[in-house]
Amino acid sequence: MLHRYRFILTRPLQFLPVILGVSIITFVLVRLIPGDPARVLLGTKATPEAIANIRAQFGLDQPIWQQYFYFVQNLLHGEMGRSITFRIDVLQLISTRIEPTLALVFSSVLLSVAIAVPLAAIAARNEGRVIDHAVRLVSTFGIGFPSFWLALMLILLFSISLPLLPVSGYGNTFSDKLIHLILPSLTIALSLSTVLLRSLRAAMIEWLKSDVATAARARGMPESIVFWRHVVPNAIVPTINLLAVNIGWLIGGTVVVESVFALPGMGQLLVRAIFSRDYMVVQGVAMVFACATVLVNFLADIATVAADPRVKL
Amino acid sequence: MITRRNTTLAAGLAILAVFVLMAVFAPLVAPYDPIFQDAAARLKSPSLLHPFGTDNFGRDILSRVIHSTRIDLQMALIGVAFPFAIGTVVGAIAGFLGGIVDAVLMRLIDVILAFPFLVLMLSIIAILGTGLSSFYIAMALVGWVSYARLIRAQILVLKNSDYAMAAESLGFSRARILFRHLLPNAVAGSIVFSMSDVVLVLLSGAAISYLGLGVQPPTAEWGVMVAEGQSFVTQAWWITLFPGLSIVMLAFGFSLIGDGLAERLGVNG
Repeated sequence: MLHRYRFILTRPLQFLPVILGVSIITFVLVRLIPGDPARVLLGTKATPEAIANIRAQFGLDQPIWQQYFYFVQNLLHGEMGRSITFRIDVLQLISTRIEPTLALVFSSVLLSVAIAVPLAAIAARNEGRVIDHAVRLVSTFGIGFPSFWLALMLILLFSISLPLLPVSGYGNTFSDKLIHLILPSLTIALSLSTVLLRSLRAAMIEWLKSDVATAARARGMPESIVFWRHVVPNAIVPTINLLAVNIGWLIGGTVVVESVFALPGMGQLLVRAIFSRDYMVVQGVAMVFACATVLVNFLADIATVAADPRVKL
Repeated sequence: MITRRNTTLAAGLAILAVFVLMAVFAPLVAPYDPIFQDAAARLKSPSLLHPFGTDNFGRDILSRVIHSTRIDLQMALIGVAFPFAIGTVVGAIAGFLGGIVDAVLMRLIDVILAFPFLVLMLSIIAILGTGLSSFYIAMALVGWVSYARLIRAQILVLKNSDYAMAAESLGFSRARILFRHLLPNAVAGSIVFSMSDVVLVLLSGAAISYLGLGVQPPTAEWGVMVAEGQSFVTQAWWITLFPGLSIVMLAFGFSLIGDGLAERLGVNG
């Protein structure tokens, strides 16, 4: 039984080259900016001491491959430099922004599954009928909704016409935060659910025709029990992977949605850092997001193995 | 069956045709100059004179929406064309040559795919500076990976096919076999994929412009228009509603074309 989980020990080794590549790309990106790197990283108002310090810390007067060596060395010590606008350590800054982003991703995924499963069920159980085509058409239509626009339309509807939910911001208490997350996560969920809907519908149709379902029917089970107990749990397994494949897209969605709703997460931080030319922060956020993507794919592998005893990785 | 898949494709092509015509004949179709500011007609709600209303500068929203079609269509098509071309060539070479070239390129693709698409796009734009040309460069640098993967997978299968061996035994050059025999048979999947990709590119381009990092005002572009209307959304919903709906419709057209092509070409999109 346990040997199926052996990949949990070996897989991280395969990630090493990817993480190394990620570090090279983030390093090269910032070094490509024309001008003195110390000035680029510290802004025009930097003091001569600060410039001397960063030259020493990142070896900026050394050849480029040695600079990369310094960069990795600093990284291993948890040093990604300081933000020029916030005047604190980049990793420290990012750590204060993780919670809203994580909460947003989590609630969006839950909400999109909650939207997609019932719709896919209706479509799959009525395959080929009008309602099935209607659901598919809606999902084709929904894929093209720009999140920034959908967000504004939801604000217009639920915060202004019907003043039920806050327009923007995050809040301090748990319940307050939850209320502030409803519209942002609904924005992402409405788009994400269209992606899930297609795959869920196809998987449900396949499992409805499977031996599992036939055997359950032969035992005299009512069709609804066959569906919810045997078809749905099986059809959800590929969705886990689909979510993992789409995690990059989902994170991109949070960048835009956080900006619309002024949610103080990593995405909003990235956009603001780009405007203030705070390159250390841009570099840090890109790196953390890339590592998170790799981690999520790893977790999805574990979840797939746990959910389906036949899968071997 | 045949009629249904034709209607999907036809409906998609019809929607696209409307937008293309709107883009080509924008100055003729648009009732006003898209950047003309009429101080007497600020924030006017939709009327016969201004069917989509006016914005805070008194500019006609309908005319701006129509002129935006030029930018957004161009953004979507160029944003797909470069990645398509680069990815096809890279994927074909990787799959055909195999060995170290393939291994190196595949690792590079893994690394690029580790970054969330929009995050890498924004980071590159942060370096290059805002604007449409930065968007195209970033798109070319990031977008090719999906095409390279698709084409490589196809070439790996096709290079062992009978007709590839036949071409080889006829003494054709490797380049000729790859580009004249294998590639034409390998691109169907990429063409279908490009139709869902074009939706993604359109949405990303509009989102980047909305964030203020792509197309710059006063140029009319749907994402820019939504951003401009955001502060007035409570009093003048029409400024944001119509450009957003245009994106939705154009994206819908591309999605229908993708679905229709997938069925016609027998590819699983």
